[in-house]
Amino acid sequence: MLLIHCPYCDEQRAELEFAYAGEAHIARPDDPAAMSDEDWQYYLFVRANPRGRHHERWRHTHGCGRFFNAVRDTLSDKFEVTYKAGEPRR
Amino acid sequence: MTRFSAFSLFAKALGGHQGWPEQWPDAAPRPAYDAIIVGGGGHGLGAAYYLAKKYGITNVAVIEKGWLGGGNTGRNTTIIRSNYLYDESAHLYDHALKLWDGLSQELNYNTMYSKRGVMMLAHNVHDIQSFKRHIHANRLNGVDNEWLSAEEAKAYCPPLNIAPDARYPVLGAALQRRGGTARHDTVAWGYARAAAALGVDIIQNCAVTGIRRGADGAVEGVETTRGFIASKRIGVSAAGHSSVIMKMAGLDFPLESYPLQALVSEPVKPVFPCVVMSNTVHAYMSQSDKGELVIGAGTDQYVSYSQRGALHIVEHTLAAICEIFPIFRRMRMLRSWGGIVDVTPDRSPILGKTPVKGLYVNCGWGTGGFKATPGAGDLLAYTMAKDEPHPINAPFNLDRFRTGRLIDEAAAAAVAH
Repeated sequence: MLLIHCPYCDEQRAELEFAYAGEAHIARPDDPAAMSDEDWQYYLFVRANPRGRHHERWRHTHGCGRFFNAVRDTLSDKFEVTYKAGEPRR
Repeated sequence: MTRFSAFSLFAKALGGHQGWPEQWPDAAPRPAYDAIIVGGGGHGLGAAYYLAKKYGITNVAVIEKGWLGGGNTGRNTTIIRSNYLYDESAHLYDHALKLWDGLSQELNYNTMYSKRGVMMLAHNVHDIQSFKRHIHANRLNGVDNEWLSAEEAKAYCPPLNIAPDARYPVLGAALQRRGGTARHDTVAWGYARAAAALGVDIIQNCAVTGIRRGADGAVEGVETTRGFIASKRIGVSAAGHSSVIMKMAGLDFPLESYPLQALVSEPVKPVFPCVVMSNTVHAYMSQSDKGELVIGAGTDQYVSYSQRGALHIVEHTLAAICEIFPIFRRMRMLRSWGGIVDVTPDRSPILGKTPVKGLYVNCGWGTGGFKATPGAGDLLAYTMAKDEPHPINAPFNLDRFRTGRLIDEAAAAAVAH
């Protein structure tokens, strides 16, 4: 089980308190009507799925309830850093 | 290739089983092939076999990073079924199921396919309605699936607890009698042996590090840890690492890779006659011919390539199994492991051509690829030989994520896969 540091609570807690919320920094389209089918494919379905550094969102469901971002190595599952939503990509 | 028969077994037994030759040679890569398959699991080896057997393309190499069947082929829970909801899926999985029949004879290698039945438990009203819808849809597609009452389910699988005050009451079950299990390793070995006998090179310990493309964009071959290997036709069947390989060709795929865990108990005498799945509480189980209970747990929630998962996932599954089958409460588990499964947004595979000329893909089988092994191999071989998909795998194209014509088995099953 992962140990995850919540940047809002500033505490390291067990994974059971958290919900994974997919890849981070996927921006909603500013002008959906102008998007092509291929743009939609990328926005909705295509994911980086890297073997290595992965930017991802977590939610401290059973804690403060807030979303935050994290960088984790998908080979070792070790977290490099977690940071608050809205902060620039690390 | 020495054919196995009662006589050859007897003759070799007289010699103390010392005279068996190696079943297929450990080939070194040659400079060029007519076709290359990336990934030496059941799907990839099956594709190589069918390319050689059905389509006459025998100058083929299967390139495997590790050892044969050491990925998800050797890590799954060996369940075979075809009771999928949508027409496209039913045709795809039933094509595979039909090929399982007679596969041992065709390969002259015992895959131990056992039609012991796959029973899916219904625990609530939604399950009943959903399973009955599946049953009707399956029967319209010529796929057997039938409804059992709780008592009939208990008669089919005596260890089942159907007490009305059970934590997860059993209200009935859907049974596919043609479903069952097979010995996963022998599927890889059987295909490898039969393919090698037809001239296919099986190259292990050879990781693909790049895909070389020419000026016109078409593939020219693969860069590997053992040098460049040229081929105008490359089929990728790399399971959890499919998106990594496709990136080498400059393609972004709608895939995410998750750890999926399984575990086995200590071996006991035959006690569990079929496969039982409970999607609602996430427990599924069968008993291997060695006597171990083979148990499938769920996926971890996060993307990972670590081939191991968290203990609380296993604990959740075992808690459900102890409730549904009280006789196993004191059973001890021997070992657990994880495999990396590549999951598509609609939980249906991607099997066909790619935007890159000469590059074909078989991926996205998620948590349920083993059952499709012969079918996926056959259809990938067809697609590579004809440069167009077979009608069965045509709907499973990559383009569906652009057109929106998904085959949404994820929504159909309404459970975590």
